[in-house]
Amino acid sequence: MRRPGLVLRTLLGLTLLAVVHAAYALTPQEALAIAGGDTDSRIAALRQAVQHPDPQLATFLHKLLNDEVQIDGGMVQVQQGNDWINLATGQAVTPSANAEGVVNNNYVRKQLESARAALDLFSPSRAARLKAVRQMQDDPASVDRGLVEQALKIERDPEIRKRLQLLHAAVLLTSPDAAERLAAAKELAASNYPAVRTLLLSRLDHSDGQHTEIDPTVRAQIEKSLAAIDERLAWSERLGTLFSGISLGSILLLAALGLAVTYGLMGVINMAQGEFIMLGAYATYVMQGLFQRYLPAEVHYSLLAAVPFSFLVAGGVGMLVERTIIRRLYGRPLETLLATWGISLVLIQAVRSLFGPQNVQVDNPPWMSGGLHVMANLILPYNRMVIIAFTALVLLAMGLLIARTRLGLFVRAVTQNRAMASCVGVRTARVDMLAFGLGTGIAGLAGCALTQIGNVSPEMGTGYIVDCFMVVVLGGVGQLTGTVAAALGLGVVNTLLEGVAGAVLAKIAVLIAIILFIQKRPQGMFALKGRSVET
Amino acid sequence: MAVAPSSSNASSAHGARAQLQPPTAFLPPWGWATLLLFLLLICVAAPVLALAVPHGSNLHLSQYWVALAGKILCYAMVALAMDMVWGYAGILSLGHGLFFALGGYAMGMYLNRAMTAASGNLPDFMQFMQWTHFPWYWQGTEHFAYALFLALAVPGLLAFVFGFFAFRSRIKGVYFSIITQALTYAAMLLFFRNETGFGGNNGLTDFKVLLGFPVGTMAMSVALFVASGVALAGMFLFARWLVRSKFGRVLTAIRDAESRVMFCGYDPLWFKLGVWTASAVMCGLAGALYAPQVGIINPSEMSPANSIEIAIWTAIGGRGTLIGPIVGAVLVNASKSWLTVAMPEAWLYLLGGLFIVVTLFAPYGIVGLWRQWRLRHG
Repeated sequence: MRRPGLVLRTLLGLTLLAVVHAAYALTPQEALAIAGGDTDSRIAALRQAVQHPDPQLATFLHKLLNDEVQIDGGMVQVQQGNDWINLATGQAVTPSANAEGVVNNNYVRKQLESARAALDLFSPSRAARLKAVRQMQDDPASVDRGLVEQALKIERDPEIRKRLQLLHAAVLLTSPDAAERLAAAKELAASNYPAVRTLLLSRLDHSDGQHTEIDPTVRAQIEKSLAAIDERLAWSERLGTLFSGISLGSILLLAALGLAVTYGLMGVINMAQGEFIMLGAYATYVMQGLFQRYLPAEVHYSLLAAVPFSFLVAGGVGMLVERTIIRRLYGRPLETLLATWGISLVLIQAVRSLFGPQNVQVDNPPWMSGGLHVMANLILPYNRMVIIAFTALVLLAMGLLIARTRLGLFVRAVTQNRAMASCVGVRTARVDMLAFGLGTGIAGLAGCALTQIGNVSPEMGTGYIVDCFMVVVLGGVGQLTGTVAAALGLGVVNTLLEGVAGAVLAKIAVLIAIILFIQKRPQGMFALKGRSVET
Repeated sequence: MAVAPSSSNASSAHGARAQLQPPTAFLPPWGWATLLLFLLLICVAAPVLALAVPHGSNLHLSQYWVALAGKILCYAMVALAMDMVWGYAGILSLGHGLFFALGGYAMGMYLNRAMTAASGNLPDFMQFMQWTHFPWYWQGTEHFAYALFLALAVPGLLAFVFGFFAFRSRIKGVYFSIITQALTYAAMLLFFRNETGFGGNNGLTDFKVLLGFPVGTMAMSVALFVASGVALAGMFLFARWLVRSKFGRVLTAIRDAESRVMFCGYDPLWFKLGVWTASAVMCGLAGALYAPQVGIINPSEMSPANSIEIAIWTAIGGRGTLIGPIVGAVLVNASKSWLTVAMPEAWLYLLGGLFIVVTLFAPYGIVGLWRQWRLRHG
């Protein structure tokens, strides 16, 4: 598919370079006109020169932008290494005393930069061309029409072609010919670029009593196109809100899943859950450090290695805590609450002593940075998408573990009837320890994921604990489905409210809504139906 | 001080063993003596040592110590209030810091108004927000009596409304604890906003005048200290009266076996709500005394961590006794003041360790340990 375009381009390049060199190459006069004189004449000369794209021009523009050009008695000289070369002859020269370096003011500099970008439209690299056309789409008003038409002639890549056509239409919008303007306005209805929207709006401007666009039919068409664009932009905005809602919900879910095990299934109030998240995050940091030290080439994959590591670290500390402290407090929920709060203080201070009180830096691997361009105003960041997928995986694994494995069976048995489970030979103490390790290990996984979107500091866990409890309580204790629904629901509602009322008020509203909700349904959304005795 | 240590846990076997004391004297003679000694120390000894003894003397009490002691007395009031709901009604609140802070804010509003009246300057936060008028809810706060009323009424009303809905739906145990935590967290977020009109992040500060007298002088510190001591003694007597009354007995019964109390024909709602509201009002008064002594009140007082710390003061001293929370609050805060300066690293380890050790090994706190020791040794 790409081959003809490439051949054509190479041909054109060769033509430019060799065959028509005399006719198209940057002449010394042109170079002098671009480099010297007043701003307006320089810009005019630049516009002129850009009509004939040529590698020499690109080099020259590059040198101009790097302040490596000087004028010496009407001769343009460019710097090459330590030498000065006369542009006309290509010979090294010794500059005279009255040689003057070319100074570019900001306006000229901007024009030079956009000209250089325009020249990239003819680059053999697809990425460079795409970048150039994207850059030009951000500011269609300063784009040269001839250049775009020329590029359109040889461009074969469908995506770039489409963009170029839109760009062309945007340029045509200011054409003196009303028919061209009408066609352009019609074509631009398909554009998603905020810059195009601004351009269309500016054509409708009549603040000085006179319409910028004089033709009423064109005006009507512009209005129609604007409406079409606005509708599409609104849709992608809604999609974007939904996505950030689900993203926030998945983070909440990940953070709360561990709590759903320890609180929901075991009835242990673990106020240190946030600190186990923090431990997972620090485990990720440690893993990154180990990779930097011993496997510097593979450092981008340290995050993958950190996933099991953070699970093991947080889960291991969790099991230790269960063995030594939590075990003695079963059946005394309020005391467990206080003791685990104490554990959280000790963990915070321990991490602070080990790693220092300031934030530590966990890098985003390159394969997680960037995002998917869905529409001009809707970019879905890869790291959020990875976290959503990761949450789904963890959820699936945990669901299978609880529903299908022997350990899961034991956990459910102990939850439902500890004494009976013990009677039939389940080692309840061991099940408790493993279940607590599972819950804290999942918190560690959450910490590993959170390093990619937030700060890693000793206090990072404290921010999550209230939210986590809200999710578990709202979803109904002991209910995984409820936890999932509550987390995603809270995420979406919170994001929606944020758009209306701002982050803080949204959060307050959600908290108060939960308090009210618990009044109505103290057992959560998905309460088990039954006649269990109150405790 | 003659209340039997009893369980807070309805489901445990302790509940059945808890015995009601036969009606005895309101306070034993040594109890009255201790109270009198306490009042003498607060109202006579401390002012004399601080104001009459000259500066160079070893016996002189510096303003730093007076202010610190006054602050700790306020914490002791909060711990006492906490104990009334937790120790006697079995309701663990993780939001008592909110009521305390609201009382402090009400007093802070008066102190800001007094400063504005004296100097003509608007408080910093209003200058920052470019407000020229106080928001409507600041109306009337220039009167001390009204501000004091607010300091008691706002926490009381909030507790009443919140408690009414919570207790009516029979939310209890951990659920109740967690929604109180959510409540104080939400309030903290609200007060952090500059637009809320309470100084945002910085809270209310820059107190200059209280009832016409300058704030920050030795005399003022001593006066506030004495007021705090007297208030604490008053609260102690009130609490003692309350828990010995029929109301208090029913409350203890609800703590130990709520269902049984209901089957006996009592509605636990009003008992719980009564003690809950009274406790919030006590916290409000403590907050009102606290704000002028530390010179600032800000939203961090509402952070969940502060509220849960109140629970640990009570637990360490011994809940279900009235002297316990006072002992706990004084001990923990005195060691906090010392350790955060001497060994800042160690403080969180110690506090965290206390949480763990006390819940594991001394569920009735220091007073409980003392009673065990006395039972064993005569």
